[in-house]
Amino acid sequence: MRMFLALWAYRGFIFESVKREFQSQYTNALLGAVWTIIRPLSMIVVYTVIFSQIMQAKLPGIDSKFAYSIYLCAGVLTWGLFTETLSRLQNIFLEQANVLKKISFPRFSLPVIVVANALVNFLIIFSLFTIFLIFSGSFPGMVYFALIPILFIQTLFTVGLGVTLGVLNVFFRDVGQFFTVVLQFWFWLTPVVYPITILPQSMQTAVHYNPMTALITAYQQILVTGQWPNWSSLWPVSAIAVLFCLIGLRLFRQHAGEMVDEL
Amino acid sequence: MGSIVVSGLGKAYKQYANRWSRLAEWLIPGSGIRHTLKWVLQDISFEVRPGEAVGIVGINGAGKSTLLKMITGTTQPTSGSVNITGRVAALLELGMGFHPDFTGRQNAIMAGQLLGLSAAEIEQLMPEIEAFAEIGEYIDQPVRVYSSGMQMRLAFSVATAKRPDILIVDEALSVGDAYFQHKSFDRIREFGRQGTTLLIVSHDKGSIQGICDRAILLDAGRLSMEGEPEAVMNYYNALLAERENQTVNQYLTDAGKVQTVSGSGEASFSDIAILNDQGERVEAISVGQPVTLYVEAEVKQALSELVLGYVIKDRLGQPIYGTNTHHLGNKLIQLKAGAQIKYRFSFPANLGVGSYSVSVALHTADTHIAKNFEWRDLAVVFNMVNVDKGNFVGVAWLPPVMECSLLEASQAKNDRAEFVK
Repeated sequence: MRMFLALWAYRGFIFESVKREFQSQYTNALLGAVWTIIRPLSMIVVYTVIFSQIMQAKLPGIDSKFAYSIYLCAGVLTWGLFTETLSRLQNIFLEQANVLKKISFPRFSLPVIVVANALVNFLIIFSLFTIFLIFSGSFPGMVYFALIPILFIQTLFTVGLGVTLGVLNVFFRDVGQFFTVVLQFWFWLTPVVYPITILPQSMQTAVHYNPMTALITAYQQILVTGQWPNWSSLWPVSAIAVLFCLIGLRLFRQHAGEMVDEL
Repeated sequence: MGSIVVSGLGKAYKQYANRWSRLAEWLIPGSGIRHTLKWVLQDISFEVRPGEAVGIVGINGAGKSTLLKMITGTTQPTSGSVNITGRVAALLELGMGFHPDFTGRQNAIMAGQLLGLSAAEIEQLMPEIEAFAEIGEYIDQPVRVYSSGMQMRLAFSVATAKRPDILIVDEALSVGDAYFQHKSFDRIREFGRQGTTLLIVSHDKGSIQGICDRAILLDAGRLSMEGEPEAVMNYYNALLAERENQTVNQYLTDAGKVQTVSGSGEASFSDIAILNDQGERVEAISVGQPVTLYVEAEVKQALSELVLGYVIKDRLGQPIYGTNTHHLGNKLIQLKAGAQIKYRFSFPANLGVGSYSVSVALHTADTHIAKNFEWRDLAVVFNMVNVDKGNFVGVAWLPPVMECSLLEASQAKNDRAEFVK
C-alpha cells in the first residue's frame, strides 16, 4: 500500500517522464511528432496493400478484401505492444542502474513509466488503425469496446511477467538473453499471422495452452468477424496474469534493496 | 524537524562462491545460505540533532559514500536502522537524469520532480533557479550544448531551490568555477543558519572546521572517532601519515582541547616554545611584536633526510601560516643517531587578537604524508593581545599606509572637466 502512495506522490514525475520519453524520440527530427504517425501508417499500408491487393491473401471462410489485412494488424499490433513492453520491462532496472544507485525515489515508478509509454505508442498506432477500419467500412460497431477489458488483461499479464523477469534479470543476466529467444518461438506459437485452424489438431490443443493465444484470438475475433469474444476462454490468462503480478510484486519487494547492490 | 538518528548501522554485500550458488540458494528450498557476507560498514551509531552541522571524514574506501547512500535511502542497510525526520536533499550526484536533448528549463522541471517537488512548486521557484545558476539565455537551450560547469550550476540550483530540513553534501563534487564554488558554499552555510541540518563529507579541513559543529571519522568501515572538528581532523591527518610501527595518541590538554601526537619515532621533539626578542618564553604576545619559534629536536635513529614543518592555526584550527625547512631551502641530510637540532624561526607576530596554536612535524620531503617521524598538534598555544595598535578585526595585522584626499563638489567637477580636456 505504501508503495502505491509513493507512486501517487510521484505522479507528476511519472507523467513528465512519459511525456519526455515520447518527445525524446523526435526532438531532433525536423518533422517532429509527425514521425509517430508515419511509422505505424506505413506498416498498416504495407499489410493492407501487399496482402489484400498484391498477394490477394484471403482468410478461409471470410469473403472480404481486407479480412486478412485486418487479421494481421489486429494480431501484430497487439503482439507488438506485448513484446515492446516485455523487453523494456526485463531490462528496465539494468538500464536505469545509475539512477537507481544514486537517487532515492519510488523505484516502482520505472516499470509504470515503461508501461505507460508503450501504451501511448500503441494508442497512436491503434487509433490510426481504427480510422482505417472506419474508412474501409470494416468497423465492427459496439463490439469494438470489448477491446478495452482484453487490453487490460494483456497489460496485467505483461506487467506481472515483465517485472518478474526484470527483477530476475538483475541477478541472473541469462534471463534477458533467454527470453529474447523465447519470444521468437512464442511469436510463432501464437496465431498472430496464421489462423489457428490451419494447424493440425494436436498442435491446436497445444497452442491453446499458450496464454497469449486467448488474447490475440479475442482481438482478431472482435476486429475481423465483429463477434463478441468468448469471455470464458479468457479466464485462464486472467488468472495467470494475476499470479504473475503477485509473484512480480513479491520478488520486487523482497529484492529491491539487494538489487541496488547487484547493479 | 531535520534530525538523523543512525543506530547500529551496517552494510554487507553478499558474496557467492560461484555464479550457480545464488541460483541454488534461490531455487532449492532448505538448502541453507550459500553466501558469505563482506562487511563494508559495521556498527555505526550517531545522531545529528536538528540544526546541527556534522562532517564525515575518512580515507577512500572507508565507507563514507555507502553511509550517505543508506542515509539518503538508495541503499538498504544490512543491519541497524536510519531514522530521519524532515525533507532531505542530497547533493551527491548532481545532474543525474539530465537529458541532453531537452532544454535546461525542461530538465530543471524533471530533476525537481525526481527530488519530490511538485510541478507548481518548481514553476514558482524557476525564476530563482535561473537567477542562481546564472546561465542566462542558455536556460532555454538543450543541455547538450552546456559546458559541464553550466550543467553543475543548474543542477545545484535545482537541488537547493527549496531549503530542505536536512542537506547532505558530498563535497568531493566541486561545483563549477571558484566563483560558483564560493556561491554554492555560501548557500549551504546560509541554509545552516536558517536551521537546516547539514551532513557534509569532505576532505577539506577548512570546510569541515569552518562549517561543522562536530565531525565523525570513519576508518575501515567503523566509526573510529567522533568529536570536535579540529580534534577529528588532526587525528585524521595523523592517520593519513600512519605507517607500520607508528603510533597515534591523543591527550587532553590543560585547556580542555585534544592534542594529537603521532609518528614513527625516528626523530622526536624535545622542546618547543615561543620566545620574545629578549629570548624569554612568552604566552601573551602583543600585535606586531617580533617573536621566535624555538624548536629542539632529537634524532633517535640515523636518518637520510629530515624536514621540520610548522603551522600556526587560529582558535578554530584554520591554518594561518605554515611552512617547512624543505620550502625554506634548509633540510638536513645524513643525520646520525643522537644528534640534536635547534631551530629558530623569527618573524613579526602580525596576527589579530585571539588565541593561536602551533603544530609541528618532523618528516621527510615536502609533506608529512610520506614519512612522519613525529607530529605534534597544539605544541604551543599563545594569545595575541592588542596593546598599542588601535582597533582592527581579523586574524592578520596588515597595517595600511593611508592616503585620502578630499575634494569639494565644485572642485571635483572642475577636475573632471580638466581631465576630459
